[in-house]
Amino acid sequence: MKTLMKLMKGYSRESILAPLFKMLEATFELLIPLVVAAIVDIGIANADGSYIVKMCIVMVALGIVGLICAIVAQYFSAKAAVGVAARLRHNVMERVLGLSYTQIDHVGYSTIITRMTSDINQVQTGVNLALRLLLRSPFVVFGAMVMAFTIDFDAALVFAGVIPVLCIVVFGIMLITMPMYRKVQEGLDGVTAATRQNLAGVRVLRAFCREDNEVHDFEQCTQELTRRQQIAGRISGLMNPVTFVIVNLAVVVLIKVGAMKVDGGILTQGMVIALYNYMSQILVELIKMANLIITMTKAAVCANRIESVLEIPVEAVTGEKSLSCRGKVEFRNVSATYEGAAEASLENISFIAQPGQTIGIIGGTGSGKTTLVNLIPGLYNASSGQVLLDGVDVRELDKHALRQSIGIVPQKAVLFHGTIRENLLWGREDATDEELWQALEIAQAADVVKDKEGKLDGEVAQGGTNFSGGQRQRLTIARALVRKPSVLILDDSASALDYSTDASLRGAIRRMKNPPTTFIVSQRAASVRCADLILVLDDGVLAGQGTHEQLLAGCAVYQEIYYSQFPKEVADHA
Amino acid sequence: MHKKTTVLGKVLRRLRRYIPAAVAALVMATAYVAMSLYIPILVGRAIDCIVDAGKVDFAAMSAELVTIALCAGIGGLAQWLMTLINNRITYCVTRDIRNEAFRHLQILPLSYLDTHPQGDTVSRVIADVDTFADGLLMGFTQLFTGVMTIVGTLVLMLLINWKIALVVIVLTPLSLVVAAFIAGRTHSLFALQAKTRGEQTAIIDETVGQIKVVQAFNRESAALDAFDEVNDRLEKASLRAIFYSSLTNPSTRFVYALVYAGVALVGSFMAIGGGISVGHLSSFLSYANQYTKPFNEISGVIAELQNALACAGRVFDLIEAPAQTPEPQTPEKPDTVRGAMEIKDLTFSYTPDKPLISEFTLSVEPGQRVAIVGPTGCGKTTFINLLMRFYDPQGGQIALDGVDTGHMARGQLRSCIGMVLQDTWLKAGTIRENIAMGKPDATDEQIIEAAKKSHAHSFIKRLPKGYDTVIGESGGNLSQGQKQLLCIARVMLCLPPMLILDEATSSIDTRTEMRIQKAFDAMMEGRTSFIVAHRLSTIREADVILVMKDGKIVEQGSHDALLEANGFYAKLYNSQFAQV
Repeated sequence: MKTLMKLMKGYSRESILAPLFKMLEATFELLIPLVVAAIVDIGIANADGSYIVKMCIVMVALGIVGLICAIVAQYFSAKAAVGVAARLRHNVMERVLGLSYTQIDHVGYSTIITRMTSDINQVQTGVNLALRLLLRSPFVVFGAMVMAFTIDFDAALVFAGVIPVLCIVVFGIMLITMPMYRKVQEGLDGVTAATRQNLAGVRVLRAFCREDNEVHDFEQCTQELTRRQQIAGRISGLMNPVTFVIVNLAVVVLIKVGAMKVDGGILTQGMVIALYNYMSQILVELIKMANLIITMTKAAVCANRIESVLEIPVEAVTGEKSLSCRGKVEFRNVSATYEGAAEASLENISFIAQPGQTIGIIGGTGSGKTTLVNLIPGLYNASSGQVLLDGVDVRELDKHALRQSIGIVPQKAVLFHGTIRENLLWGREDATDEELWQALEIAQAADVVKDKEGKLDGEVAQGGTNFSGGQRQRLTIARALVRKPSVLILDDSASALDYSTDASLRGAIRRMKNPPTTFIVSQRAASVRCADLILVLDDGVLAGQGTHEQLLAGCAVYQEIYYSQFPKEVADHA
Repeated sequence: MHKKTTVLGKVLRRLRRYIPAAVAALVMATAYVAMSLYIPILVGRAIDCIVDAGKVDFAAMSAELVTIALCAGIGGLAQWLMTLINNRITYCVTRDIRNEAFRHLQILPLSYLDTHPQGDTVSRVIADVDTFADGLLMGFTQLFTGVMTIVGTLVLMLLINWKIALVVIVLTPLSLVVAAFIAGRTHSLFALQAKTRGEQTAIIDETVGQIKVVQAFNRESAALDAFDEVNDRLEKASLRAIFYSSLTNPSTRFVYALVYAGVALVGSFMAIGGGISVGHLSSFLSYANQYTKPFNEISGVIAELQNALACAGRVFDLIEAPAQTPEPQTPEKPDTVRGAMEIKDLTFSYTPDKPLISEFTLSVEPGQRVAIVGPTGCGKTTFINLLMRFYDPQGGQIALDGVDTGHMARGQLRSCIGMVLQDTWLKAGTIRENIAMGKPDATDEQIIEAAKKSHAHSFIKRLPKGYDTVIGESGGNLSQGQKQLLCIARVMLCLPPMLILDEATSSIDTRTEMRIQKAFDAMMEGRTSFIVAHRLSTIREADVILVMKDGKIVEQGSHDALLEANGFYAKLYNSQFAQV
């Protein structure tokens, strides 16, 4: 709610004008009975036809003024509500983009998506309604009470007694249902997750003929959501009936009190009628208010869910040091443990990569290769030890500049909806077409683009699904090369390339004018064989480092890997 | 774009099974409205007992007051029950529609899912259905009480003075005209809002789903700019939709002000002429007021329903997207699946103007091991898509043991084939559930056995909760390779008569691969297998190697024969040992 309030401040003009005009409209509406009274008392009593016509024109005029006020109020409240929602979405997106890898793993995608869509929509509806009605209803309720006091003190005490009871009912129901609506939104998260997951895994699910089970699981999710919605609705649905009963009981008491006062000659019959009218006005307003409260309760829950995303602490504050960008990478006794993991993923790793060198990283599945390279751009942080770039601890470097100087090609080749050019410009926004083609040539992706209709302007579908796995990998490599990085990280990013393409790629990188310090993570001994330094990882521990020849002579793990791919006789032949 | 009326018809069709509930809600609404209209009459009677000082009929008044309390109780109860029933109908209908949409997702052709942004589809199933539910609920609650209040006051007005009542009856439909006019204009605005919202959800889905890449490339601000562009458009679209639709309420209210003035005018002149008493005129005016208010609410509901229908239209677009070719009426199936594949003149393309696979003919003996190699983009994965019938070929046929797979039920065909893909997708759930995906009734021993065979057991054992470790939505902290081992264990457990390994070991290190190669060999023993791989070392043992290029088989034969021929394959094979 805090953020919501802060954002509302940006719309203070709208937030004041909308209720104000709404109250003006209400006031004009309240004037109508007086005009009617005038018609009855003067027009009809004196049989004055022209007076009646005049008063009817006044009523129409009041209607027009009311209409204008209402339109103004609607406009301002819609503007504030829609504007606040848009700012909220912007803020959430901004915050989400700043989350660290660990935090993203922790929060989960689906819930972020529901929060940015469904939750914010609810907040928008809530704000819109609140601006129009929140002030108006209490204004009328308390106004009616004040009017009652001007008529008779004792009778007005009935009002003074009923209003707190009504407040307890309204706010009590609000407090009780809040956690229930939170559960509803969580249920919705579940449905979102089930839908996303089904779409992402559609091939596997169909291959295993799991469609029926998926439907069954999904139906359980929706059933659970329905159940929670009904429970919350059961309580919040009490609001209107309970106020209806309370107000009518108050009417009974009021008439009884009034009757005794009339009997005692203190009040007149007309005054009792007036008191009753005020009580009915309260009821009418409370009915509107009840709808408002339900919407507001949902909105408040949603606002808090959004808030909790915004409140995730900013982790891994960026350092300030700028860097010289030569590309020397040094690990000093680095260990890394993922949050919640039982064991360290990396233990006590030390090595030095000189500028322009090629570093091969090889090792078994889950041996910590990806973790190692993710430490260099500070995507995850070391739990102990130091990762140094050109002699400076990466945690002390300006994060933006750090990442700008590193080109990373992740395991999973991901492209984004747009054109090929747009995707490549991710590397560096001011790159010329010539530079893009250069990068494509090096990445062995020039043919892919040349074959594509529109060349650089060829379309890329969401996730890059209109390219094959290998094509995607080459394009993501080109994307990283466009930024002319001083450190290039290829995280098993040539796995879908055939050997000849893979070899040409490595050759082309080597022949670049200022070759970056290149980290090649691979399963293939052939890919790392020519590296200046090969790091052999085994279960998070450095099992050996050196050149191919050194390792083949002295490192058992490396030997095992190498001969598993190159049977001895073939190796000899090569 | 759907016609509003047809969308409404579809909604109503889905409401059909809730007709009894709706009738009950209507009865409750009637009871509530009757009570809320009757109470003012009772109050009037009670007040009539209070004439003046010393002239109060306490006994008669008390009787009226008791009745008021009773009516209030009944009215409150009726209203609560009505709300409960309405909630039930609304939430159940949205549940039904979501389930229907999801069920349809299961039979949509993959070509639809591959070409539609995932985020947009999610938005249809989640946000659009939600908005629809809100509109529907509001519609039920306010429409029922609104209609009942109109009927009730109408009767009372006719009882007081039918002539003035006629004035009201004739004039009020004017407001409906106004409401309909505004609603007609706003429908397209709401449709635009829903469309822009879908676009935004697609961006959110893409950006949030790939956030790590976005961050690694310092694209946070650029991604935010792209998001803001859509966000601004959404803001404008929403403002217009909400503002114009919210004009309905004040506009119709203005019409009622006119009606009210009209009644006052006519009524006053009649009163001067003695046609109606002043008391009656005043209660008439108050009823006229009560009569018009629900019209106002109903027009508000109509605005909300516009939005709801626009969203429902998008959901129905999804539900009605053409499903995959239906399963044959009498699906054929081979008597015993031996695994002989006969492929004749297969042609296929994703886009009509670019043929991808053509004149593809192949015959595979039961138990043969077929490796498929070729440069990226040559159609290997597409061939697998056709084998599994994820896509249907445009020409030619694939026959399994003499039966055209197009004549088989998809489930029947797929259950004969175990598939391991490069994409290591796991379902959110425990490791145990994931391994048992193809055989949910497997025992723990069988699961552990499968895990051991695929060399996944040792790393699973080391996880904090072993086989009960829950894998999150994004695969948690498992590496690609570990996920791949689980995918292999998944197939290892059910072992169907045929196998497809599409780059199945590309993210597993070769040492582990060597170790599970034995398991793979055991798995492939006697089973027809199709292996797509780049690592030529892993396919050397195949009985037949198909060398594909541009969607055609260019060479075919055993490893040695192909090397002998010194063609395309030989070139590929030797390149992996080339010194760089």
